[in-house]
Amino acid sequence: MSATSPHAATQPLTMSGAEVVLRALKDQGVEVIFGYPGGAVLPIYDAIFQQNAIRHILVRHEQAAVHAAEGYARSTGKVGCVLVTSGPGATNAVTGLLDALMDSIPLVCLTGQVPTHLIGNDAFQEADTTGITRPATKHNYLVKRSEDVARVVHEAFHVARSGRPGPVVIDLPKDILINKAPYVEAPPATQPHRSYRPVTAPDMAQVRKAVALMKQAERPVIYAGGGVINSGPEASRLLGEFARLTGFPVTNTLMGLGAFPSQDPQFLGMLGMHGTYEANLVMHGCDVMLNMGARFDDRVTGKLSHFAPTAKKIHADIDPSSINKNVKVEVPIVGDAGQILAAMIQVWKEDSQPPKREALAAWWRQIDTWRGKNCLQYVQQGKIIKPQHAVKRLYEITRESGRDTFITTEVGQHQMWAAQYFGFEKPNRWMTSGGLGTMGYGLPAAMGVQIAHPDALVIDIAGEASILMNIQEMATLAQYRLPVKVFILNNEYMGMVRQWQELLHGGRYSESYSAALPDFVKLAESFHGVGLRATEESQLDDVIREMLATDRPVIADIAVAKDENCFPMIPSGAAHNEMILGPGQEGGVAGVTDEGKVLV
Amino acid sequence: MADDSGNFRSATIAVLVENEAGVLARVIGLFSGRGYNIESLTVAPVDEDRRLSRITIVTSGTEMVIEQIKAQLDRLVPVHKVSDLTLAGPHLVRELALIKVVGSGEHRVEALRLADAFRARVVDATTESFVFEMTGNAEKVDAFCALMRPIGLAEVSRTGAVAIVRGSSALSV
Ligand SMILES: Cc1cc2nc3c(=O)[nH]c(=O)nc-3n(C[C@H](O)[C@H](O)[C@H](O)COP(=O)(O)OP(=O)(O)OC[C@H]3O[C@@H](n4cnc5c(N)ncnc54)[C@H](O)[C@@H]3O)c2cc1C
Ligand SMILES: Cc1ncc(C[n+]2csc(CCOP(=O)(O)OP(=O)(O)O)c2C)c(N)n1
Ligand SMILES: [Mg+2]
Repeated sequence: MSATSPHAATQPLTMSGAEVVLRALKDQGVEVIFGYPGGAVLPIYDAIFQQNAIRHILVRHEQAAVHAAEGYARSTGKVGCVLVTSGPGATNAVTGLLDALMDSIPLVCLTGQVPTHLIGNDAFQEADTTGITRPATKHNYLVKRSEDVARVVHEAFHVARSGRPGPVVIDLPKDILINKAPYVEAPPATQPHRSYRPVTAPDMAQVRKAVALMKQAERPVIYAGGGVINSGPEASRLLGEFARLTGFPVTNTLMGLGAFPSQDPQFLGMLGMHGTYEANLVMHGCDVMLNMGARFDDRVTGKLSHFAPTAKKIHADIDPSSINKNVKVEVPIVGDAGQILAAMIQVWKEDSQPPKREALAAWWRQIDTWRGKNCLQYVQQGKIIKPQHAVKRLYEITRESGRDTFITTEVGQHQMWAAQYFGFEKPNRWMTSGGLGTMGYGLPAAMGVQIAHPDALVIDIAGEASILMNIQEMATLAQYRLPVKVFILNNEYMGMVRQWQELLHGGRYSESYSAALPDFVKLAESFHGVGLRATEESQLDDVIREMLATDRPVIADIAVAKDENCFPMIPSGAAHNEMILGPGQEGGVAGVTDEGKVLV
Repeated sequence: MADDSGNFRSATIAVLVENEAGVLARVIGLFSGRGYNIESLTVAPVDEDRRLSRITIVTSGTEMVIEQIKAQLDRLVPVHKVSDLTLAGPHLVRELALIKVVGSGEHRVEALRLADAFRARVVDATTESFVFEMTGNAEKVDAFCALMRPIGLAEVSRTGAVAIVRGSSALSV
């Protein structure tokens, strides 16, 4: 759309482009913007200075601004907003943008740009931001005309939040920010975009086909993913309702944790590479699979040719490109997870065909024997703290506290232990970098969550290597008095790397030792926070309790067993029924093939 | 990619897009980023007020890959319509080529004779060269170039394929 609103031309122009940007943000419901200033965006900073509607949070690195906005967005369901300068500001943001793209997180990122007449001249701090971010965003814009500013901002929010959510960049040349520009209101929600029209309402014929298949199921499973969270809390409620109605077992992906209550007896835990024994065997043995808002990621499917070999598959997803991308399915349903679940519930109730209750009961008996394996058990004995135990105690003590708790993570073994041992009863409480696996995500994400939920308990479960990737954000926590807790499972290794080296590279631990670590207690103190440490099991609970009781930023450095590996594990290139279980447990039939070795 | 062995096919895909900066880069970036083939790609505005462009892409892959390509194209924000002409039914495919042949004596006579047989027109001539213009499908242009090679083929410029479905049905937004 290039047309200017008819009124705009006749009104005298009183606002600068920067003021128009802020007005449009405000009209889009933005309350907080995470950013870092620089020459190209000074006009926006000037406009920010002169208003009160939008709060600016000054981060210490642009990557952190994007992760903070991701945490804000994932924990609220709103669009996160970022502001960075041209050149290095924009390039520093790229990792965060791609992270948000991979995990379907709605963001709008404003980037400064050199003035239009200098674009292409290798001007100071010029970068081809739309070129660089094209494959890292859902969409991006370079605004070259003042009359487009307001329209583009409104459109960017619409694109970011609708359909499959994702990050959108708006590149704003400095002259466009300084020159006067007309303000135009957002188009009414009823007015469709010229070319972008995501489908949200499912085709009922497909829903009926799916229900008919599920009524015939003898060994069903519901595999629910991040799309249920994206759809909003109502979708999680409907997932619960549908599960109760059908009696089907439910497993969640890493991105879907919280979409189904962890305490529910129908919950099998997470599936996939580090999923539970029962979830993966249910996936392997099922005859009907309902994929609700998940994308058949390679961490979930394992070896594709051996994935759920006997299953008829239903895939409900808002993005047609997710369907038949990795796994061919019998019944595709394009639409919003919430709407699809509502339709399935209705059709299930209307349909007179009874489900196969006896077969289902036998399936549950089978599942119970798999559960009996107790695949997440570990032995905590002696002084050395098992990392699993540290997470389990953190979970139990926070649950006792009764506080609304939000967990973010970095990337590595600690992330998987967090996923396995921390239970979530509600959506939007779990923030992790799943698709890109970005070390350094957790601390800034926690910052964004705490901004959105000032009274909640926000904990970053971290590894000692990952935390150093955005440690500078401790200063942001101090400045805004954000009582985020950093709970480091300190194994003095890039544990996940070490685990793969043990498994695949003959135990040659090349460059995976965390040497020359800082003293995290002093580090916390020097950033105006509180540092705590536990080196023995007997100290663990006290440290956790003290951490929770401290109304300031805390780093709790938990010295954990250095050689612990994360199990169960489906090695790359193996099938679901070839899981490796922990020491002392059977299973572990799969060696790693050469074919598997090339996979990540 | 799941087991989708065999069934490799070629597809001619028409895409109606907003005629805006960067749209071609999005389409090409999609193909290079995801490792899809581009055998040819053409683009030009096609409506009165030049707001819409039509991109014609000839690509190939397994059925699953071609379905992915279409879904990936369709989810680009400035894309209006994606049509797989190979599935849509009988369709016309044409490209335009300008072909320069340099030579003298018998070769010139032979070049003109072949051009006549292929319905290629002479659009430029000097005492030692011709430029021929021809339209046709890719195979016809390939064949013509192959025949001209021993005679003195010097330079070829081709548009790549444009295509349209036969009959009264029309692709519009
Ligand atoms: C070290 C490491 C280990 C990992 N191990 C595992 C593991 O063991 N198990 C595991 O599950 N993951 C694991 N992951 C994460 C994995 O890489 C993927 O990120 C994750 O599996 C994807 O989750 P998802 O399928 O739910 O999809 P998401 O990435 O959340 O995608 C959501 C899907 O839902 C669709 N969608 C979006 N909105 C809607 C809507 N409103 N309605 C319907 N559909 C919608 C989207 O189009 C998309 O297809 C690991 C990651 C790391 C870093
Ligand atoms: C930015 C980035 N670089 C590299 C990696 C590869 N990587 C994955 S896990 C990991 C080690 C993480 O170590 P730590 O934070 O200590 O966690 P642990 O596995 O020990 O729990 C590395 C290097 C990554 N995911 N992200
Ligand atoms: Mg570590």
